[in-house]
Amino acid sequence: MSTVAEVSIDRAEDRHRRRWHILVFLAPALLVYTAVMILPLIETLRLSLFNVKDNQSIFVGFGNFQVLFGDPRWAASFWNALRNNFVFFLIHMLVQNPIGVALAALLSVPKLRFGAFYRTAMFLPTLLSFVIVGFIWKLILSPIWGVSPFLLDLVGLKSLFSPWLGKPGSALIAVSLISVWQYVGIPMMLIYAAMLNIPEEVLEAAECDGVTGWSQFWKIKLPLILPSIGIISILTFVGNFNAFDLVYTVQGALAGPDGATDILGTLLYRTFFGFQLQIGDKSMGATIATVMFLIILSGVCLYLFAIQRRMRRYQF
Amino acid sequence: MAKPTASPVRTGLVHLALIIYTLIALFPVFLTVINSFKDRSSIFRDPLGLPTPSTFSLIGYQTVLGQGDFVLYFQNSFIVTGVSIFFVLLFGAMAAFALSEYRFRGNTLMGLYLALGIMIPIRLGTVAILQGMVAAGLVNTLTALILVYTAQGLPLAVFILTEFMQTVSDDLKNAGRIDGLSEYSIFFRLVLPLVRPAMATVAVFTMIPIWNDLWFPLILAPSDATKTVTLGSQVFIGQFVTNWNAVLAALTLAIVPVLVLYLIFSRQLIRGITSGAVK
Repeated sequence: MSTVAEVSIDRAEDRHRRRWHILVFLAPALLVYTAVMILPLIETLRLSLFNVKDNQSIFVGFGNFQVLFGDPRWAASFWNALRNNFVFFLIHMLVQNPIGVALAALLSVPKLRFGAFYRTAMFLPTLLSFVIVGFIWKLILSPIWGVSPFLLDLVGLKSLFSPWLGKPGSALIAVSLISVWQYVGIPMMLIYAAMLNIPEEVLEAAECDGVTGWSQFWKIKLPLILPSIGIISILTFVGNFNAFDLVYTVQGALAGPDGATDILGTLLYRTFFGFQLQIGDKSMGATIATVMFLIILSGVCLYLFAIQRRMRRYQF
Repeated sequence: MAKPTASPVRTGLVHLALIIYTLIALFPVFLTVINSFKDRSSIFRDPLGLPTPSTFSLIGYQTVLGQGDFVLYFQNSFIVTGVSIFFVLLFGAMAAFALSEYRFRGNTLMGLYLALGIMIPIRLGTVAILQGMVAAGLVNTLTALILVYTAQGLPLAVFILTEFMQTVSDDLKNAGRIDGLSEYSIFFRLVLPLVRPAMATVAVFTMIPIWNDLWFPLILAPSDATKTVTLGSQVFIGQFVTNWNAVLAALTLAIVPVLVLYLIFSRQLIRGITSGAVK
């Protein structure tokens, strides 16, 4: 007991004598983080309330937002990008996360051989850059090369092939599925980790009660991994509403064909930085970034306050 | 009690499903690599065939190495990634130490403030970041990228390292204090060596998004002298889009470093993820 007392005295002396080293430890991280991340973010939010007229920055209130949501020059492409972004997110939620959960469930089969190999192999695409992933799939789906028609022919489905990336109706789905292919490793790994954490006793108890196989997955494992699924959903949400690179590499900055794959990230890039004939517009760029910020923020808040609180945390 | 053993049929089906998905995951990469070593006509005639002595060709690699400044791009990527990771680890560990070791007013608030950046992407501040970099004269310098990536990596690094540092025994640090070590020596000589595994995990997590990022190189440093390998291959492939040999060779060259690093660090990375380092 005496050591504890000494320590607390020591700590107390610490506090009075040499406090400034805390500042030294914190300062570099705080400085870089604040100067390069937080202040620019705040400045961007501020810029969205201003516009440039006659080379002078004037306060326009929510004028930029009115233009973005209602002006015919902007509104069509904005709502298009927003809708596409929601579709993009929806496809991830409906395809990527179920596949991730399924793979994790298969990987966590007890005494599975080659488990480490499967994990390593299936996680590889996640590490590749969008440039690599984008171009590989562009080549594979290209009608010139003929790999996809050939592969479809093997399973007798050659008639299904069409240049998916080039058709407005299917381009967004194709790009989303490429992204799903790349990122399925993340939900797989996180769910796998969650399944490993389910204690042996719980599963044994279930088996004693005759709950095995499918019903064990649905009734025991799935409820226990729900918190992880919540985390994955919010990570997917943030990642998708911030996405840019894949669409840019596969379909270019114009997010063709005819804006069919345009999402908020590519819209932000074109608006802010300019592309071809379009001149970069800082104020409107900041406005789109602010809208993205608000969307992501509301998603995160919804998760933190509504979903995570209701979810029961199981302690073992 | 005897545990119910899985039937061979079920185990077989599990393996079948996993093998099918492994093929889906690896096939595109495999296809790119094998075709980068073939001549043009056999790339199209027989895309799935392995390169044979008669179809083997390095013409794509000759084009890439002759036309693009890939050595420079690689160098830029290594500098940016290496220096950013160094600062993320150093500054992150220092801040994590302050947050986990000392009790001071605003500790929790500071932790929350630094954690904000885990969820809010730095990309949303791009408009003002570019403005600031222009004002500071840092556009088209590697310094601009290093600053941005350091800021981007810090939140997660601080978060993970704080959790780890809480597990370092107080007795050890207090023994150091009694021996007259300064707080700085305690951090650098006692604590840092003990959290090395966590630092490795953070390094891997930080490295991947930096190496693969296209957005900031495109906006902050698109000049020829400062292109990273990700942006460099994007531009190169865009220009050579009809030269399939060159495109496939450039893609293979871009994959190889990631592949090598992954094979070295995959254990670390997967252990990092599955041990719940990212929550």
